[in-house]
Amino acid sequence: MNRFAELLDRLVLTPSRNGKLTLLRDYFRATPDPDRGLALAAITGDLSIAAVKPAMLRALVMERMDPILFGYSYDYVGDLAETISLVWPEPAEAPRDNAVPTLGDVVARLQAASRSDGPKVVAGLLDRLDVSARFAVIKLVTGGLRIGVSARLAKQALADFGKVDIVEIEELWHGLEPPYRALFAWLEGRAPKPEKGARALFRPVMLSNPVGDGDLDRLDPADYAAEWKWDGIRVQVSLEGGLRRLYSRTGDDISGAFPDLVEAMDFSGVIDGELLVGRPPEWTGTFSDLQQRLNRKTVAAKMRTKYPVFVRCYDLLQSGGEDLRALGFAKRRGELEQFVAALDPERFDLSPMVPFDDWQHLDRLRRAPPHPVVEGVMIKERRSPYLAGRPKGPWFKWKRDPYTVDAVLMYAQRGHGKRSSYYSDYTFGVWSGPEETPELVPVGKAYFGFTDEELRQIDKYVRDNTLERFGPVRSVRADRENGLVLEVAFEGLNRSQRHRSGVAMRFPRIARLRWDKPPAEADRIETLRAMLD
Amino acid sequence: MRASDLLHPRPEGLYCPAGDFFIDPVRPVARALVTHGHSDHARSGHGSVLATQGTLDVMALRLGPGFAGATQAASMGKPMKIGDAAVTFHPAGHVLGSAQIAVEHGGIRIVASGDYKRQPDATCTAFELVACDVFITEATFGLPVFRHPAASDEIASLLRSVEQFPERAHVVGAYALGKAQRVIRLIRDAGYDRPIYLHGALERISEYYQEAGVDLGPLEPATVDRSAKGDFTGAIVVGPPSAFADRWARRFPDPISCFASGWMRIRQRARQGGVELPLIISDHSDWDELTATIRETGAGEVWVTHGREEALVRWCQLEGIAARPLNLVGYEDEGD
Repeated sequence: MNRFAELLDRLVLTPSRNGKLTLLRDYFRATPDPDRGLALAAITGDLSIAAVKPAMLRALVMERMDPILFGYSYDYVGDLAETISLVWPEPAEAPRDNAVPTLGDVVARLQAASRSDGPKVVAGLLDRLDVSARFAVIKLVTGGLRIGVSARLAKQALADFGKVDIVEIEELWHGLEPPYRALFAWLEGRAPKPEKGARALFRPVMLSNPVGDGDLDRLDPADYAAEWKWDGIRVQVSLEGGLRRLYSRTGDDISGAFPDLVEAMDFSGVIDGELLVGRPPEWTGTFSDLQQRLNRKTVAAKMRTKYPVFVRCYDLLQSGGEDLRALGFAKRRGELEQFVAALDPERFDLSPMVPFDDWQHLDRLRRAPPHPVVEGVMIKERRSPYLAGRPKGPWFKWKRDPYTVDAVLMYAQRGHGKRSSYYSDYTFGVWSGPEETPELVPVGKAYFGFTDEELRQIDKYVRDNTLERFGPVRSVRADRENGLVLEVAFEGLNRSQRHRSGVAMRFPRIARLRWDKPPAEADRIETLRAMLD
Repeated sequence: MRASDLLHPRPEGLYCPAGDFFIDPVRPVARALVTHGHSDHARSGHGSVLATQGTLDVMALRLGPGFAGATQAASMGKPMKIGDAAVTFHPAGHVLGSAQIAVEHGGIRIVASGDYKRQPDATCTAFELVACDVFITEATFGLPVFRHPAASDEIASLLRSVEQFPERAHVVGAYALGKAQRVIRLIRDAGYDRPIYLHGALERISEYYQEAGVDLGPLEPATVDRSAKGDFTGAIVVGPPSAFADRWARRFPDPISCFASGWMRIRQRARQGGVELPLIISDHSDWDELTATIRETGAGEVWVTHGREEALVRWCQLEGIAARPLNLVGYEDEGD
């Protein structure tokens, strides 16, 4: 349990992806079964333990300490789980057996507990553990570790640990159960690769590379087909042996959030497509609309009517019992067209092909797409099979040019790791309010897009023009006469109730430093709001 | 007489009329008794200073040799008469030279403990329990959430991380007087014998510790002119916390920022400071040490100062011990 607790403590404070991977990989190496598998399940969200409500934990601690002292403590720390883990009084009598429970012991006890004796079991565990381990147990029973590690990252760490490709793990994942003994045995070279389960497994997705300079000059346009790149989320729709599954691009099962789509699945096969909000063919909703449906555990009826989802189909991986992935794209496309024709047209439609004569022609098309929810074109080699991962060559994405806005630097925050002594995370704003007395309103945050040299320049600017400091953040002088204008590039805008400006940028980055531009000439919020509609 | 006639706060600091002296005054006074060398307790400009030799040495190092009109060294455990008051210095276990000051007169003994801790510390003399009528305690970590783990466990996790990330430098923030040397000594006790690199601000004080017999092993300056950037790969570097936000830290390859402080107990504090590896090592008492010490002194009355007074006062009430906050100004709440 202590190892797991230390892992969580480290992960939550480690910002770099590589750092997290090292921590996870070393943990998998140093920890025996079943603990490492249970830890993995806890991180990927696949560990089921009867939940204990925070109010229940609070009641437990109140039985053990003065409420006023607890109040002072909670006010200071601000987080209930952390406060309880810190103030929990060690029992006067040490437990009869002294051993610190392993993660396996903890999970077994929690899983065996009924709803009514859950709190008692938790209290018994807290009595036996130290501060960090108590925190870990409280996180386990209240659900949600929130340690900044996605299921995808955990799988990447597994792949690094076993020196296999992550797609092999994604392909197997849904046939496996915690504590994943067979998986670890295979990754350690002690056993053969686990057999794939029979039904509705995730098939690793084929991804594309962006078109780089000169990439297309070497290619014959006649060998390639093009289609629009829709701005939703890439999904895999799978119905095998009566089992219906909707997977995200990284193999997470997201069926639960989209019952309307799952109910309409009436076929046998596996489709690759884009999940979008709307009612085809007339209405295709924006990504902002789709966001209303993402990351929800349950969906209210109103949501389903206001933001219905459908899948715009790109590819067919399996038809009935037949695996089509080895066929060329053009052949699969033919199969897809027939397949989709038989499906519910309100929930499944076909991604239209984009005929073109040459690359210049396609370039013009991608710059001026016919629909606001198109973010560019996909270019696919007609003969290419469906390959897992991101092979270089067969598929390209060619996005339309990003949007840009001129904004003013408002706050800068110190970075992490290599950048920990640089102010490298920038919050920028645009003008709002009356023309004569405008105010800056923050519209986004960016921490890349600049060169190392530019970073040094901005860092110096921040240090020379600091107004106030708040821990690692500095506010920077920014008014109509003084300030640094940043040209910010971004992929799109979402409506946001969380931000004062009402907008949230997607994928913002610093495109250029406009040392030459007076801040008064930066953009106004109206420019951004107009892009929402 | 009442205890508050023997010692009471004045704007300059805690004053004893019977001996006409102040303890840890924050403004220049004629006669000062100083518990330890941290800058919020030990200031320059007093007419005379009575403190342990260790504290006087530290003050001279940090404030310059002319920091007071006259100085007098106090021996631990030896009572001295100052005016009508009897004064005795006792070890506080906080930093090198740190002392509690017991003041007696008219049948009342008050112990002004200054800053103190009970955890073992090889760089200074251990805290000595002094029975008293009134105990004046600090409350820097005076909340039940502050429970410092064994410092050796924290150092073990630092050394594990050094092994785990050999391509990076571990840059440890530690206050210049006391904490830095204790951390280095703990690292040595854990068996690490490679050179440890120091920020310039720590050099003189660490040398002084070495001269005073605290073995810190090989120390080297963390300067770039001597070593190319790659040379800090895998190294442990110790510096004052303020240096980390500074351009100084840029000489280290992909540093992991560590911070040795009792505040690191609270995750949000670590996160806000951009600390990747918090080391919960403090030279102050945690909640359990504070409450145990109050009980053990047998004091019927407790005065609580600098820190979170209200929780400790509440605890004393629950224990049936008279307690009140002592409103002294000028001590840093954040000091550790």
